[in-house]
Amino acid sequence: MITAEAHARPNTRIKRIFAQLKEQGRKALISFITAGDPSPAFTVVGLHALVAGGADLLELGIPFSDPEAEGPTIQAANERALAGGITLKQVLNMVAEFRQQDDQTPIILMGYLNSVLAMQDFATKASYAGVDGLIMVNLPPEEGNELQAQLAACSMDLIYLIAPTTTEVRAAEIISKASGFIYYVSLKGITGAGNVRTDEVGIRTNALRATTEIPLCVGFGIRDAQTAAALSEQSDGVVVGSVLVEKMAAGSDPAVVSQSLQDTIADIRQGLDQQS
Amino acid sequence: MSEAFESNNYAQPTEDGHFGEFGGRFVAETLTHALDDFAALYNQMKHDPEFKRELHHDLTHYVGRPTPLYLAERMTAELGGAAIYLKREDLNHTGAHKICNTIGQALLAKRMGKPRVIAETGAGQHGVATATVAARLGLECDVYMGEEDVRRQSLNVYRMKLMGARVIPVTSGSKTLKDALNEAMRDWVTNVDNTHYIIGTVAGPHPYPMVVRDFASIIGQEARAQMLEQEGRLPSVVVACVGGGSNAMGIFHPFINDLEVDLVGVEAGGLGIDTGAHAAPLNNGKVGVLHGNRSYLMSDDDGQIMETHSISAGLDYPGVGPEHSYLKDIGRATYSSATDDEAMHAFRILNQREGILPALETSHALAWVVANAPKMSKEDIILVNLSGRGDKDILTVADIDGITLI
Repeated sequence: MITAEAHARPNTRIKRIFAQLKEQGRKALISFITAGDPSPAFTVVGLHALVAGGADLLELGIPFSDPEAEGPTIQAANERALAGGITLKQVLNMVAEFRQQDDQTPIILMGYLNSVLAMQDFATKASYAGVDGLIMVNLPPEEGNELQAQLAACSMDLIYLIAPTTTEVRAAEIISKASGFIYYVSLKGITGAGNVRTDEVGIRTNALRATTEIPLCVGFGIRDAQTAAALSEQSDGVVVGSVLVEKMAAGSDPAVVSQSLQDTIADIRQGLDQQS
Repeated sequence: MSEAFESNNYAQPTEDGHFGEFGGRFVAETLTHALDDFAALYNQMKHDPEFKRELHHDLTHYVGRPTPLYLAERMTAELGGAAIYLKREDLNHTGAHKICNTIGQALLAKRMGKPRVIAETGAGQHGVATATVAARLGLECDVYMGEEDVRRQSLNVYRMKLMGARVIPVTSGSKTLKDALNEAMRDWVTNVDNTHYIIGTVAGPHPYPMVVRDFASIIGQEARAQMLEQEGRLPSVVVACVGGGSNAMGIFHPFINDLEVDLVGVEAGGLGIDTGAHAAPLNNGKVGVLHGNRSYLMSDDDGQIMETHSISAGLDYPGVGPEHSYLKDIGRATYSSATDDEAMHAFRILNQREGILPALETSHALAWVVANAPKMSKEDIILVNLSGRGDKDILTVADIDGITLI
């Protein structure tokens, strides 16, 4: 019943962008950066730069003290952001500020459940700020019904993950509860790890896509245009994170870092579009 | 007390690992399959005569069980109230109750055909217990330990290395136990095909809180039988220290249906609960999700996990096993705290009156005894889980006394 409700009120920005891309025969490019990294001044300008460089959807990390699924790059981003004292309320303010100039690009917050549990009426506040979806790294569907219903009531999608170790039976259950899109984790490991086996991933994602209309995007370990293009062949899009976060770590001036984000994402965009 | 209790039929957790609103499984999707496999194997093995025989054999001949139940006469006389019985878990091989769990889980790892085990450790006791069984069973072993703890617990670090384990210092976050747990989870998610993660306490995602509790429950099973044999009755109260809470769950669990027996857990009060520098989430925390389960937790208004303080590295953890949260909320157990100073005071009493060197973790349970035994009747009996020995803490204690040993 809760699932039906989730499907009843899908997020319109996410739905629209995937419909558009499908019509154009293009693949979704999803970027990830951590909010407030390396300091709050970098975030909103960085998001706009990513859109300018060709990102279709924006993932924005909610900094957390114990990011247990992240590799060293994104762990360090969390630590830099938290050192600046960032809060979830500030993250929502950043989204609202971004929305003043961009009312189209979907924004998906990504993080850990304890951050969201700590904010009263999170769904209402996030929706009001202009958030479209949520990825909770440590919230499998078995535990997610309550949050998914709260989000759906505010037209936000709870995006579930499927991993290489997820069984067929379980994948079907996850797909039946999915909203927004499905995030396929391309490798057994943490964010930013290397050695994605694009052929293996392709076989699995292809099989999964045959069972659902919901878009399926691939993430974890995608560092360059070539890998992105290869993985996009058998999926609806790719997520790029650690390679962008490394740019955040490098720079000291928001304008310079933003240009670097834009160039990096544009390069991957080009690779994807040549493939399509 | 809840109605479920009046019928003496405690049966937790549910099939999917919930203790009321607590527990559950909050992990990255990649781990779900391994947790399902582990739970299925455990549910099968716990009824398997051959597995039970193997476990019992090792607990008897390798670990040295049953451990004694000892009446601390001079301590009882000094405090002048209830009789104090100590369940001597310090006499286990490797010096703490932790090995009862690591033996059980390592045997399960072997059955799963996994040649490698990993563990997190704070004080080093669980790391040592894991390295020990890995050496015994011929498993590869990596132990994650916060850089800060590697420095504080150099004796245990060397001990693990002597047994062939690799000790990996963790430099992220606060560089203590919680960060070691994060790093072990990251290792496991990467190497899940050939690796079993031996979690050392009754926390983590389902089925760990149940599995670790069950393996530790030998403590309470023995103590209950020994008490009936020696005194002909059950104790008035069972006391144990609580960090993650494995020794406490181990001794509490076989007494849960004995409603006349009070269960008391003692958390690390650090410099005092009101200072904020403590590790007592059941006394002063809020419900949240960390390391795979929902439980009481020390987190701030924004959900960030707070840094904790305790004189004892083994209690220096911001969370607590979900079953303790459940027992607290239904009123079956109560949870108090003891400060660093109170634990040190009790530590000295046990050394001087009984010739027993307790771990600093255990000294928190003893501090409750020091404060409460005098107020109780001489007819009352306190059963304390003397969960570990204090050899590992000698440098810390000497440092407090202003003495440099090395």
